[in-house]
Parts: sequence; C-alpha cells; structure tokens
Amino acid sequence: MTTETSKTVLAIKDLVVDFETATGTVNAVRGVEIHVNAGETVAIVGESGSGKSQAMMAAMGLLASNGRTRGEVTYEDRNILGLPIRKLNSVRGRKITMIFQEPMTSLDPLYTIGRQLAEPMVVHGGLSWKAAKAKALELLRLVNIPEPERKIKSYPYELSGGQRQRVMIAMALANDPDVLIADEPTTALDVTTQAQILDLLADLQKRLGMAVIFITHDLGIVRRIADRVYVMKTGEVVESGETATIFTQPAHPYTRMLLDAEPTGHKPPVPDSAQVLLEAQKVSVEFELDTGFLQPKHVLRAVDDISFSLRRGQTLGIVGESGSGKSTLGRAILNLLPASGRVVFQGQQISGRDRAAMRALRKDMQLIFQDPFGSLSPRMTVGQIISEGLLVHEPSLSARDRDLRACQALEEVSLDPVMRNRYPHEFSGGQRQRIAIARTMVLKPELVVLDEPTSALDRTIQKQVVELLKDLQKTYDLTYLFISHDLAVVRALSDTVMVMQRGKVVEAGTVDAIFEAPKSDYTRELIGAAMLTQQQMMETA
Amino acid sequence: MTLTLTNNEAPAKGRSLWDDARDRLLANRAAVASMIVLVLIALLSVFGPILSSHNFDTVYRDYVKVPASLSAYPRADQVEPAFMSAARRARVTVDSYAREGDTVVAEISSSREIDPRSVRYIDRSDLFRNAELTGMSEDKKSATLRADINFMHFYFGTDANGRDMMTRTFIAGRVSLTIGLLATVVAISIGVLYGATSGYLGGRVDQMMMRAVDILYSLPFIFFVIMLVVFFGRNFILMFIAVGAVEWLDMARIVRGQTLSIKRQEYVQAAEAMGVSDRGIVRRHIIPNTLGPVVVYMTLLVPKVILLESFLSFLGLGIQEPMTSWGVLISEGARNLQGAAWMLIFPSIFLTSTLFALNFIGDGLRDALDPKDR
Repeated sequence: MTTETSKTVLAIKDLVVDFETATGTVNAVRGVEIHVNAGETVAIVGESGSGKSQAMMAAMGLLASNGRTRGEVTYEDRNILGLPIRKLNSVRGRKITMIFQEPMTSLDPLYTIGRQLAEPMVVHGGLSWKAAKAKALELLRLVNIPEPERKIKSYPYELSGGQRQRVMIAMALANDPDVLIADEPTTALDVTTQAQILDLLADLQKRLGMAVIFITHDLGIVRRIADRVYVMKTGEVVESGETATIFTQPAHPYTRMLLDAEPTGHKPPVPDSAQVLLEAQKVSVEFELDTGFLQPKHVLRAVDDISFSLRRGQTLGIVGESGSGKSTLGRAILNLLPASGRVVFQGQQISGRDRAAMRALRKDMQLIFQDPFGSLSPRMTVGQIISEGLLVHEPSLSARDRDLRACQALEEVSLDPVMRNRYPHEFSGGQRQRIAIARTMVLKPELVVLDEPTSALDRTIQKQVVELLKDLQKTYDLTYLFISHDLAVVRALSDTVMVMQRGKVVEAGTVDAIFEAPKSDYTRELIGAAMLTQQQMMETA
Repeated sequence: MTLTLTNNEAPAKGRSLWDDARDRLLANRAAVASMIVLVLIALLSVFGPILSSHNFDTVYRDYVKVPASLSAYPRADQVEPAFMSAARRARVTVDSYAREGDTVVAEISSSREIDPRSVRYIDRSDLFRNAELTGMSEDKKSATLRADINFMHFYFGTDANGRDMMTRTFIAGRVSLTIGLLATVVAISIGVLYGATSGYLGGRVDQMMMRAVDILYSLPFIFFVIMLVVFFGRNFILMFIAVGAVEWLDMARIVRGQTLSIKRQEYVQAAEAMGVSDRGIVRRHIIPNTLGPVVVYMTLLVPKVILLESFLSFLGLGIQEPMTSWGVLISEGARNLQGAAWMLIFPSIFLTSTLFALNFIGDGLRDALDPKDR
C-alpha cells in the first residue's frame, strides 16, 4: 500500500456516491480512497456494478441528476467535488480529461475530425482557427493516426473504431492534461487494435509525464500497463497495491477469485468414431451493397468459400476480429441467411430449404447470442420466453406441461424456477445468459451455435457460463459451434479452431496446433495481442 | 454482481415494464390531476343527462337564449308579461293580477263564456303549471285563475332554440368522447396490425403496403368524408369509419418504423432461429414492444379525433340535430357569440379541459414509458 506523497496529483478521499431511485437509495460507491501520482498509471479493476466508473464520474462531476456525492476530491490542494460547473470546467476537460468506452458515439457525426479537435481550443483556449487546426494536426500525429493530413478532413464514419479512439485520446490530450481518466477505452475494440491503443497510451504517458487512471474489468490489461491497482467490489476498494504484489500475492478472496476466473482447462477429445453431425461445403455469403442509381452493384463477400465438418459432441471454435464474417457464417450454417454452398445436418441437406421446410429442423439446431440484454423479449416473462419454442415444436403440450418443462430447463442452468414469472430486466447479465441457454435447452437440440455467448459478461460470470456450457455438452452430447474473439475461452472449450479474416479461413486445426504452433502471421498476431498477458499470468500464477 | 441481485426475497411474481411505467405515471402530478379531470368529465357526460331535470332536446320557447345563471327562472319581472301574453292567447281579459309567493292569482273575464280548457294556454307557457280556474261566476264570463310559477334552473343558459345548454353539453360530451375513443381504437387496431405486418415482412410486401398508405394519404380528407356522406348518408357510425380510416395511416407509419428497429433486435432473431412463425413473432414479440409509443400516440389521437369531429360537424357533415357534440355546440356558440357568449363558453371549457387532460396524460405516459430510464 503506497501513501500519498508530494507527487500526488489527484486524490479521492471518503468518496460516497448514492443514487436516489424510485425503489430507494442505491449506494454505488461507499467511501473510496484513490490517489494517483504524476507519471503513474493506476488501474481500477472490478466487475460491472462495482462502482468503479461511478467513482470517477462523481469525481468529474458527471453523475446522472439523481446522484448524490460526499467526500473529497483534491486536485492541486483544492477540493473539486461539488464545485459549480463554471469553476469545475477550469479543471475538467483541461487538466483532468476523460476518454470513454464507446468511440462510435463519442464523436459528432456531422463535423470533421479537425473541426471537433479544434473547436474546444478556439472556444476555451482562445486560439485562432488556423492555430487550432495546426495543433489538431500535431495531436493527430501524436496519437499515430496514419495520414493525419487527410484524416483531419474526414468525418467520423470514415474512421475505424481504433482510429476514432485515437481521435478521442488526441482530444483528451489537447490541453496538456495532468490526469487522464480512461474508462474501459479498449473494451469495444478488437484485440489487435486494443494492443495498439494500450501501447499508444503507455507511450504517450512516458512522453508527456501525465498520470493515468485506467478503469477496466480486464486483468490482462492491468497486468500489462498499471503500476498500481485498486480492486473494487460493490462500491468499496477491497484491495490495493503494486501490480506485481496484487498478482502474485492477492490478499483478498475477491481478488483471488478474479484472478482464478481466467478460463482454463481443455476439452476431452471426441473419438473419431463419432458420427458426423454437420458438414459444410464451400459456404459463401454475399451481400449486395447499394451503391446508388445506375452504378454497378458492389458485392461484399462476407463469408468466402468455407468448408468444415463437425462430429457429434465436438466443439468448433471460430475466431476472428469483428468484420471477419464469423457471425455471418454461424447464421448461414443455420440457414438464417441466404448462402451458397452445401450444408448437411444429420444427413439432410438444409441449404436452400425455405422457412417452412426448416421449421422441423430448427428444434435440433439452436442459436445463442452475445447480448443477453437484447436477446430476451422485454415484455415477456422468463417462463414465456423459455417455453416459446415448445409452442412451435411441441404444440400438443398443455400449458401445464410447458410450464413444467420451463422449470426443468431453468433448473438445468442453475436458476430457481420460482423466478419464471419475472421479467428479463429483473435479472443480471449472467442470469440472462443462463435464461437464453435455458431457452435453447428446453428443445433438447443437437447443435448449438454460440455467437460470442460470454463476451458481454464479467470474467467471473463468464467462467460460470463456460462451466455450464461444458456440463451441458457432457450431459447431452451437444455439438457446439463456438464463435468468439476471446481466445482464452475458445481454447478452454474447443476441439478444433478456425481462424477467420475478411471472410476467409486463415488457419484451421486442433486447439493445440493453433495455439502452440500457429502457422500464419495473422494467427500469431491475434495470439500475441490476446494471450501475452495471460501467458505472463500463467508464469506468475 | 449487479444490484438487482441483492433482493432475493422478492416475490416470485415479476414486475413487468408496464408495472414500472404505471408507478412512474402515478408519480406524475400533472398526469394524475388530468386523469381525475378526465374521469370527472366522463362521469358527467355519462350520468349528467340522466340526473339533469331537462332533456337535451326539450325546447323552452319562452327561454330562448337566456343567460347562464345560478338562480332560477323565471325572473320576477318576466312573470307578469308572460302571464299577460298567455292570457291574451286564451282570449280572456285580465282584470287584476297579483303574485302570491310562487303562485299567480288573476281575476279574468271574457265577453264570451270562459271555456275551462283555456287554462291550457297558461300551462303551455314554460313559466306556469297547474293552472286552474276557481270561483267561476254564474254567467261563466269571469273567474279567478291560479297558476303555479314553474321554476327552472339553466346553469349554463339555453341555446338559440331554448334548450338547456348544460344537458346538451353533457350529451355532447358523450358523443365526442365516444367518437374520440372508438375512432381511436379503430385507427390503432388497423394501424398497429398493418404497420407491424408491413414492417416485419419487409421487402416488396412492405413497399406495396406503404405505397398504399401513401396513396390514401394523398386523398384529401374532406373529399373522402363528403364522398362517404354522399354514398351512405349522414350517420354516427360513419364518423368512426371516416375518422378511423384516415387516422390509422399515421399509426401504421409509426408502428412500421418501430417494427423496423425491433425486428433487428436479437430476441426477434432468436425467435426466428427457433422456427417461430411470422404470425407468432408479430403477435408475441413485435406488437407488445411497439405498444409504448402506441399508447402515447393514442392519448394524442383522441383529442385529434375529437377536433376532427368538431371540424366535420362545424361544416355540417357530422352529427345531426337534435343530437349534438362539442364541436356542434361550439360552432353554434361561435355564431351567437354576440349577446350569448355562454353558448360558446361552456362547451369550450369542457372540450379544452378534455384536450388538455389528454395531452398531459400523453406527456406523462411518454415519460413513464421512456426506455431511457431502463
């Protein structure tokens, strides 16, 4: 545990954040002490709902209108907590700046990058437009955006997610800040982009000597960039200290649990004698992009000539960055999208069948989505959601039987069947994903396509869901098509892995072959960006 | 690890989003006050005409355009002239006239024999009742006539035909509210089904269905109503059809827009992947999730329909006499504004407070159903 020194730039003491809601007061942050020294990177780690973002938002005076704060936030010997906005703005956005998770929505789509960068300098900094533009260009160079002269004139939609996040960082750096608060800045990005952004942040910090507060749920990132760590749980700091100490000798059981939550293990192989359940031959999906009147249609090949076969009980992991076509492939296999090629399921050809002809097969092939918030109908009870499939596939069941089956399915995913009359919004993310799994299990499927089922979940919850999926596979001899960008989870769950890039298979093989001896550069790059931290952790653990 | 988990003792019966919305609505003071006002107006419209001492179509010829008043009619100075004119009509001469409290006593005489039935002339006046002849002289040429003064209250005054405005305002409320409600229900049911189907099916079907809507949009509304009236004559049901048939177009567009975004939601894709039929998806997933904006739109549509009906009635295409609606009353009131302002004021108060209340409720509902809070 380090104490405050003269080098401390920002210190938070006894910070309490309460939210007044219709159902009572929610204590989001309960007396937190955090400080950061100049030139230091401090990580605040915790799962969603631990209050890590709210603590920082409160310090910056950015809380929702029903938030109440108490405590002290000291910057340059001044308590900035609860300052009126005008006074606060002399610090906020100048000396203490923030970057957020969502680079897609943080930029105004109607203005060019240059204008968005220059405007605050003109309005607040009193620079002329010309000087501001020049500074903006300089900033873009600083954050290593390729072709800054061209990018300064582009609109946000012309930039990729990583580039937008770089612009956001450039914006945060405009006034030469002392403290940069980064709230999950890489969560929405691909692993390789994430690695680049982290490198950029580390590099900038070294050059500019500012303090960085890094809010994240990803221990890999912490391990990689932080000097000190605060672990938060339900609004309190349960442990803090040097990064190396925390990782090697975690004192608090919660920290230990977080560290243990990295998915591990290996899937026992399936005997070669197992029957081939699914076979895909030369599957391609093309989207026609509207280019305008009288112009030749532009065709995008989202999935390009992919073949594989799956035995009963096997898991095929499909890995790739966003836009690589892995989700599209999953949907094409289920015949939810028009695709060319041949897909054979249980000896029956399913490609080219219309919806009515597919209906009988839908029972045996199911899909689980990434977002447990979006995949459950908000106005139906959990019981109704789970038993809906039975309405379609076993219409002879009475309402009582359906209810009974829903209860069994809930028990299978370790949820209390008493809760079946509640609505999805009353459940947490992990519980919702369990409900989504129960919805597919109630039909007793053969093949389940899992489209990033754990990506939206916290690590500890993720681990539970992975265990649940493993158990279900063992019990019912299920076959999984596991789509994910998270290599650690894929490694723990799959027999074979397929790496996709821009619709094509870059490399395919058994888990061990791919992870131990990757052949292609792209695979190596992916593994490097994602696994570096985890390998380090394995060494230390 | 989220905060929803902390409350494990909660009852097994879940709170739906509707429950939450209702709580938020009830916390909104303007909306609750508006609901009370609306309920009061509705109750007055339903029970007012029954409880009122006047019929909405009874004509009081002696009380044409009398101002609204809390005290009873006839006024003291009206009694004698009215009695005299009634006596003249009965062809008797009034020799002496005296008012004793609530009765009038007069000595009458005539050059011919007085027919006992001539008291009817007195009764026929709205001011008197129970007229009777007493003390008929031997030659039957003179007698004493007694008549009770018939006191009546016109709290809202009377109209140009001498009908009680209060009862008429209440009965007009029945008509206006019924039209507002029924036409809205018609518009909403057609609009929601049409819009959800069009939006969900998408593609060419969507194009065709929405172009049909566009074509209907381009028909002038008044032309449409006049055609209907020409073909089917004026009647009450026609109003629903005419108004409903036009207003569903907006609804269909709103619901289609909602559906387009809902159908990309993962729960719809999940249902598709499960093999649920189109009908099931529209019914179970799409429509329930569009209902939020629909309910809000409904509260705004009711006043719109009431105003439309007023407009049609104003043009003479709506409700037929002696039935009436707020729109008819207001248009009559507007014609008699000089000298008989009460004919405009009272129906206007009712119409505007209804519209205000509905708009406030719509506002409250929009806040209550706002998904931003979720």
